[in-house]
Amino acid sequence: MIANIYTFYRDGFRSMRVGKKLWAIIFIKLFIMFAVLKAFFFPNYLNTNFATDDERAGHVLVHITQSRKMGEHND
Amino acid sequence: MIEQVDLSQVNWARAQFALTAMYHWIFVPLTLGLSFLVAFFESIYVKTGNEEWKRITKFWMTLFGINFAIGVATGIILEFQFGTNWSNYSWMVGDIFGAPLAIEGIFAFFLEATFFALMFFGWDRVSVKLHLFSTWMVAVGSSLSAVWILVANGWMQFPVGMAFNPDTARFEMQNFWEVIFSPVAVSKFSHTTSSGFVLASLFVLGISCWYLLKGRHQLMAKRSIAVASVFGLLAATYVIFTGDEAAYTVAQKQPMKLAAMEGLYVGEMNAGLVAVGIINAAKNPGDEQPAFLFDVKLPGLLSLLANRQFGSFVPGIDDLVYGNEEQGIVSVASRMERGRQAIAYLAAFKEATDNENEVASQMALQQFNVYKDDMGYGHLTSPADAAPPVATTYYAFHIMVILGTLFPLVFLLALYFLHKETLEKQRLFLFVGILCVPLGYIAQQAGWVVSEVGRQPWAIQGLLPVQVANTNLTTGTVQTTFFIFLGLFTLLLIAEIKIMCKQIQLGPEEK
Repeated sequence: MIANIYTFYRDGFRSMRVGKKLWAIIFIKLFIMFAVLKAFFFPNYLNTNFATDDERAGHVLVHITQSRKMGEHND
Repeated sequence: MIEQVDLSQVNWARAQFALTAMYHWIFVPLTLGLSFLVAFFESIYVKTGNEEWKRITKFWMTLFGINFAIGVATGIILEFQFGTNWSNYSWMVGDIFGAPLAIEGIFAFFLEATFFALMFFGWDRVSVKLHLFSTWMVAVGSSLSAVWILVANGWMQFPVGMAFNPDTARFEMQNFWEVIFSPVAVSKFSHTTSSGFVLASLFVLGISCWYLLKGRHQLMAKRSIAVASVFGLLAATYVIFTGDEAAYTVAQKQPMKLAAMEGLYVGEMNAGLVAVGIINAAKNPGDEQPAFLFDVKLPGLLSLLANRQFGSFVPGIDDLVYGNEEQGIVSVASRMERGRQAIAYLAAFKEATDNENEVASQMALQQFNVYKDDMGYGHLTSPADAAPPVATTYYAFHIMVILGTLFPLVFLLALYFLHKETLEKQRLFLFVGILCVPLGYIAQQAGWVVSEVGRQPWAIQGLLPVQVANTNLTTGTVQTTFFIFLGLFTLLLIAEIKIMCKQIQLGPEEK
């Protein structure tokens, strides 16, 4: 059963024509997304800067309540 | 302490999100619709046993594969942006979005790993019926996969089935079914998926028209046009009904968005629907300037669209911003005041909780609960902030409606010419058919502009404005990633268009 599934996928990939180019694009795209963009440009802000969920909740609550105080200057 | 919110940074983050979402939406609707068309073509092949239909199926399946491969994972970038640019929002909605997006991820993985493989690799290797079943599963599964993301978007437009937890600063799911079956989510799903069917039908029609103009693959082109036009006509007619339902839902749940869609500043009974008009860009809420430089209205139709009743009152932007006592509309200023109370009591609650003062925290919580429904308004700096960009919303809506009205006529004409057996001689119509491919994409993008720009200033309607949902990063950081995406997306789009055009040039496999 597993051998049949393996053969099915292997032969399928081997017989691709335009598909090979598409897989190359998919892999390059995934590499750029995860190995470059995610790793260097898109850290999860709350996970990176705060250790616990309590700290994250506290930060967001401060942001919600303090940003109002900042806005009051513009009234 | 939080520094001053940098609006230019918020706008760059919004632009980045819009760029990514609009790029992602180039691929999704075609995937949704083309998967069904491929399933129809293959069903006819299985039913008739005619090899020509197999060639047709394989050809469109290849274009489906190209579109899918270039588009796949482009939506993941949106999730990167949530964590980095929109961390407050991401934290606050995690409990609501977690379940739908996890279901979507698991569903998509199993769908792609099994039925996609059978569909592309299974020709002549699995039974005809199993292959057809796989193709249908890809079509049905793609639409089901779209359910979850549209449910999440629908919730942002009309947040239901949740409660705000002031301890965790999160909106927590209270009723899963209320979220799934919210009227906004339902109308969004039906309108969005059916519009994807229209786009795919236009895509098949346009490419087939090109073959007819070139005098190539005429049988394939005419058969493809026949199936696509029937599917497209049904879908485009359905889109008109779902569009009407979506507009009614917007009128009931997001009246400010409807007012912007129609450029309606002063509410009126028996309100007219704008057929054509040029918005006065200098107009602001509350001033005396005319809303339009020129307009032609269809009397009473906006009232009918908004309330299912001629003669009924449709509120304008001024009514919603400054209030209308006669119509029972509360002003934004008064909601801002209530919102500020909510925020002040939330701050008091946090302080009391941090100091372990149980009595004070309970008192603050009690007061917070009185005002919490207007919490988002407390962050606005002036009542006019509650109005979205009117010109963008108005033009996007009207472009979408005009094109949405044109498409059924195109399908109808295609069927008429096919019936008369003169289609290949109708050169003007064949050019129009080709032109309808980009027009279909424009209508798709315009639809999202209406939905998302019309929702401004809210990330979550009435509860969280975008500037509070945003992470306090530097403008330069967001600008850098914006331009990286712009470059990446442009390259990918060029790759798709080149591969797609090459495949269209080659045409279907030789017999």
